[in-house]
Amino acid sequence: MSELLKVPTMAEFMAQGKQPEVLFWVGCAGSFDDRAKKITKAFVKLLNKANVEFAVLGTEESCTGDPAKRAGNEFLFQMQAVTNIEVLNAYEVKKIVTACPHCFNTIKNEYPELGGTYDVMHHTQFLKTLLDEGRLTIEGGQFKGKRITFHDPCYLGRANNVYEAPRELIQKLEAELVEMKNCRRNGLCCGAGGAQMFKDAEKGDKEVNVERTEQALELKPEIIAAGCPFCNTMMTDGVKAKEKESDVEVMDIAELIANAQDL
Amino acid sequence: MQYLPNILFAVILIAGLGFFIKNVKKLARNIKLGRDVDVSDNKSQRWKNMAMIALGQSKMVRRPISGILHVVVYIGFIIINIEVLEILIDGLLGTHRIFSSIGSLYGILIGAFEILAVLVFVSVILFWVRRNIIKLKRFWKSEMTSWPKNDANYILYFEMVLMTLFLVMNATDVHFQSLNSGNTISQFIAPWFSGLSDGTLHFIERGAWWIHIVGILVFLNYLYYSKHLHILLAFPNTYYGKLKPKGQLDNLEAVTKEVKMMMDPNIDPFAAPEEATEGEGEVPAKFGASDVQDLSWVQLLNSYTCTECGRCTSECPANQTGKKLSPRKIMMDTRDRLEEVGKNIDANNGTFKEDGKQLLDDYITKEELWACTSCNACVEACPVSIDPLSIILDMRRYLVMEQSAAPVELNNMMTNIENNGAPWPYNQMDRLNWKNE
Repeated sequence: MSELLKVPTMAEFMAQGKQPEVLFWVGCAGSFDDRAKKITKAFVKLLNKANVEFAVLGTEESCTGDPAKRAGNEFLFQMQAVTNIEVLNAYEVKKIVTACPHCFNTIKNEYPELGGTYDVMHHTQFLKTLLDEGRLTIEGGQFKGKRITFHDPCYLGRANNVYEAPRELIQKLEAELVEMKNCRRNGLCCGAGGAQMFKDAEKGDKEVNVERTEQALELKPEIIAAGCPFCNTMMTDGVKAKEKESDVEVMDIAELIANAQDL
Repeated sequence: MQYLPNILFAVILIAGLGFFIKNVKKLARNIKLGRDVDVSDNKSQRWKNMAMIALGQSKMVRRPISGILHVVVYIGFIIINIEVLEILIDGLLGTHRIFSSIGSLYGILIGAFEILAVLVFVSVILFWVRRNIIKLKRFWKSEMTSWPKNDANYILYFEMVLMTLFLVMNATDVHFQSLNSGNTISQFIAPWFSGLSDGTLHFIERGAWWIHIVGILVFLNYLYYSKHLHILLAFPNTYYGKLKPKGQLDNLEAVTKEVKMMMDPNIDPFAAPEEATEGEGEVPAKFGASDVQDLSWVQLLNSYTCTECGRCTSECPANQTGKKLSPRKIMMDTRDRLEEVGKNIDANNGTFKEDGKQLLDDYITKEELWACTSCNACVEACPVSIDPLSIILDMRRYLVMEQSAAPVELNNMMTNIENNGAPWPYNQMDRLNWKNE
């Protein structure tokens, strides 16, 4: 499989004196987390399939600084931001797509003031565009008629008002999209945001991811769809905590579309 | 002697308004203790937000039951106040129902006021039932004991009494009842007073009239001491509310300057600090916020605007799962500390005397601050554009940048980012390894 993946870097494009159509910002989770790497690969397969000329920064990419900023370390955030912006601007990057809503939010909203202004898209928005332009087709395949619920990532939904692109993609799979009692702007957090991913939760009577997973399980879905690597981890852990991993799968929307076509 | 009521009325009115103005000035002074922040941009969008969110109650009705009840009370409050204008003129000039000379329109207006008064009365009763009988969870959280709980009920009692007085005043007005125009509701109340002499009725009518207007003035002055300032501050607060995407947290300018200097190869790192540029480019006393003076004036305005409805807290994932964090408490604590600072200033001839306390730890604990997932549910839920998350973030900034007091795991995460550009201990050179796995 892996030899089929075409993943050129910005450096390679530059060496040929070319500019890619879009930069794929992989993000730390997408680069290092075993579960998230599968999402990265699924998305790359779709980009390859749609003949999108994209590039990654590879070893020149670094954390956007999102978890540092939200933890209160503005210094570290801005150091990361300024360094990344220098790299992006040196490559004259105009358009960025990422499968991580945290990277998406940070680059789109918080980088411009620091000198980095780009057209930033979440991968579900980008896939939706490819679909609309006829460059990508979506088939239901194995997901036809399956019961799928979508968990809104806070940093995609409430933070940036993107609610419909992921849902439209799920519907293209001819799946049965069911909504949790808290969805769209009322979506309940998975518990990972604000740097919580990297620490234990404060004392309480429940974990946030379990609460959210329970909301999803109420619908008896076959798949919980996610659009964020961190939500994916939290929901997967939640499903395990409820011992439902044999009935319910947690999958990124890119994975759903890629798997539907047996990519 | 015949002018005595007019004079008495004028004195009460001046005293009531004077005391209110005094408190408004104090309120403005306290809000201005906050850092300055530029909110002069996008005026048209700001006016639109105020029109939609405050005037149009667009976010209130997202919860239909409390929303619609609130709209009734809100409309009643605004419209019935037209009647207060008549009361003021009558009181000052010694006239009686001066607007009745406008003819049949007067009957229509008063009739509408009476219907609204009943609707407000019923809504307020339902609010009271939700709070005290049904005991909706958000009204019984740990921060809603003692004063905040009583305060909420006092306001409801106030409104019940004011509406009752308005209807009794109309019901016992013999002349008004005899005209049989505009007494839509009060005609059914009038029989309760049948059998009383005209003199007694007049006495009751005058009594209701006086208590009604004095009650309104007392209520006006109660606002400053209560959670109820939102009826005024919701308007400026929605105007100054955040316009950027909710996920966009502000970049600290002071940090930007330092970072740019560190990154600039042309700057001599061993150069003596410039002394001439004092005033501009000055590094602020501290990064982030440990007390109310470190917050912006918009954040302080937020705290006075909060009416403790608890929609934020009921949507907060941390609070829902039993953590100590409650966004409503963040706002209440900020206001309480600001009031404390204000009183300190009053007691010390206009300057703040160090009192050994601050917002951090004495009001808001680290445990609360670290429980936030920055999910923006509280910001989305607030019907009047309050942003509790911005205060939480500013206080985290103080903890991390001034005190290095982040939880150990977060320090590890930040060390990783510093050393290898990822929150986990992986080598940056391995970033593309996934391609070949």
